[in-house]
Amino acid sequence: MDDTYSRAGNGADPAYLSPDYLSTRGRAPKQPLIVIPQTLSEITGPVYGHSDVRPEEADLTTQHAGEPQGERIIVKGRVLDERGRPVPNTLVEIWQCNAAGRYIHVVDQHPAPLDPNFTGAGRTVTDANGTYQFTTIKPGAYPWRNHANAWRPAHIHFSLFGPSFLTRLVTQMYFPGDPLFQYDPIFHSVPDAKARERMVCRFDLETTKPEWALGYAWDIVLRGRNATPGDPDHA
Amino acid sequence: MPERTPSQTVGPYLHLGLAPADYKFREVFSATLADPSMPGTHIRIEGRILDGEGNVAPDAMVEIWQADHQGRYAHPADGRPLASNSFRGFGRCTTDKGSFAFATIKPGAVPGPNGTTQAPHINVGIFSRGLLKRLFTRIYFAGDPANASDPILALVPASRRDTLIAKPDPAKPGLYRFDIRLQGVGETVFFDA
Repeated sequence: MDDTYSRAGNGADPAYLSPDYLSTRGRAPKQPLIVIPQTLSEITGPVYGHSDVRPEEADLTTQHAGEPQGERIIVKGRVLDERGRPVPNTLVEIWQCNAAGRYIHVVDQHPAPLDPNFTGAGRTVTDANGTYQFTTIKPGAYPWRNHANAWRPAHIHFSLFGPSFLTRLVTQMYFPGDPLFQYDPIFHSVPDAKARERMVCRFDLETTKPEWALGYAWDIVLRGRNATPGDPDHA
Repeated sequence: MPERTPSQTVGPYLHLGLAPADYKFREVFSATLADPSMPGTHIRIEGRILDGEGNVAPDAMVEIWQADHQGRYAHPADGRPLASNSFRGFGRCTTDKGSFAFATIKPGAVPGPNGTTQAPHINVGIFSRGLLKRLFTRIYFAGDPANASDPILALVPASRRDTLIAKPDPAKPGLYRFDIRLQGVGETVFFDA
């Protein structure tokens, strides 16, 4: 049986065991994965429509009585597959820390201030062109205990579904030029430098809204379908 | 052609974005897949995620994707009519209470490759701190005679198949137990599809 979804791009992903990121040592499987065919169970997956998501959930700056502290930003881009086609009507969930580098999460004990006007959670659904857009504030860097003086570069967590169980992706979006990249074992868990760059957004003057918010552009590329006979893209 | 965006870990704060009820942000997913009117055999599946030292992972998330009691998926690539439009077949549960627990129905047998039939199974994705990408496995059901001819189980060494089989709890009718061992003795079989 031919694969419906391409396996070729799987090399962009990190290995499960990435020893410099200490938590992988006790959680990465030691046995090799068992390769299986892509059956109806894998090529199907949860598909959600606009009815699940409210437009205001894409604005993380208006969820409370007042405005959050920090640099207001717009993050905009397209969700595409590996053949460059838009992935419409797919759920995008995000979460992040506040401008001071503190998550509202109960486990986060970093002694930086919480912001009563910022939760740090949002969601949206891509439009017919695969476009998504969030308004939020720029997250701060924060310390973690992976190694001495360890700090995570500023990032926003992204979760996406795409059209099947195999296209599911959870990743992190980073900001251009972050001096912490070189010290971060999570960023460097992706072995290929060009693949790492695909996790970094770019400043975008077109998305920037005058006298309101800086704009960042970031396209997300999900696993794509193989070309099939009869398909216009089939060689 | 654009190239794939790499995976990164969900990290320790996944609840904020993916199961945010504690943070006063509305949830869109739950661990209850079937309302009482849904046809089929209603079951619960409970389990723990264990790391290489046998410690319970309290900061993981499990997602499941399954067919309905007739073995049909709520997805255009299946396309066969469904008994109920209320059954979407997807659930999400975190392990902050030590276990995950889903309330669902037992799926039916599903068409497999080359005219084969797959035994009833649930597709499982696991996310946590320390997992840089999702782990993917399946839950099969103890005692189901279709397991013997399942084309995916046949690819798994016989000595490891048991890690994919949920066991009924003799004390609690309808409850199946399925622990996931990420690493070490009795390591669960994980797939690459």
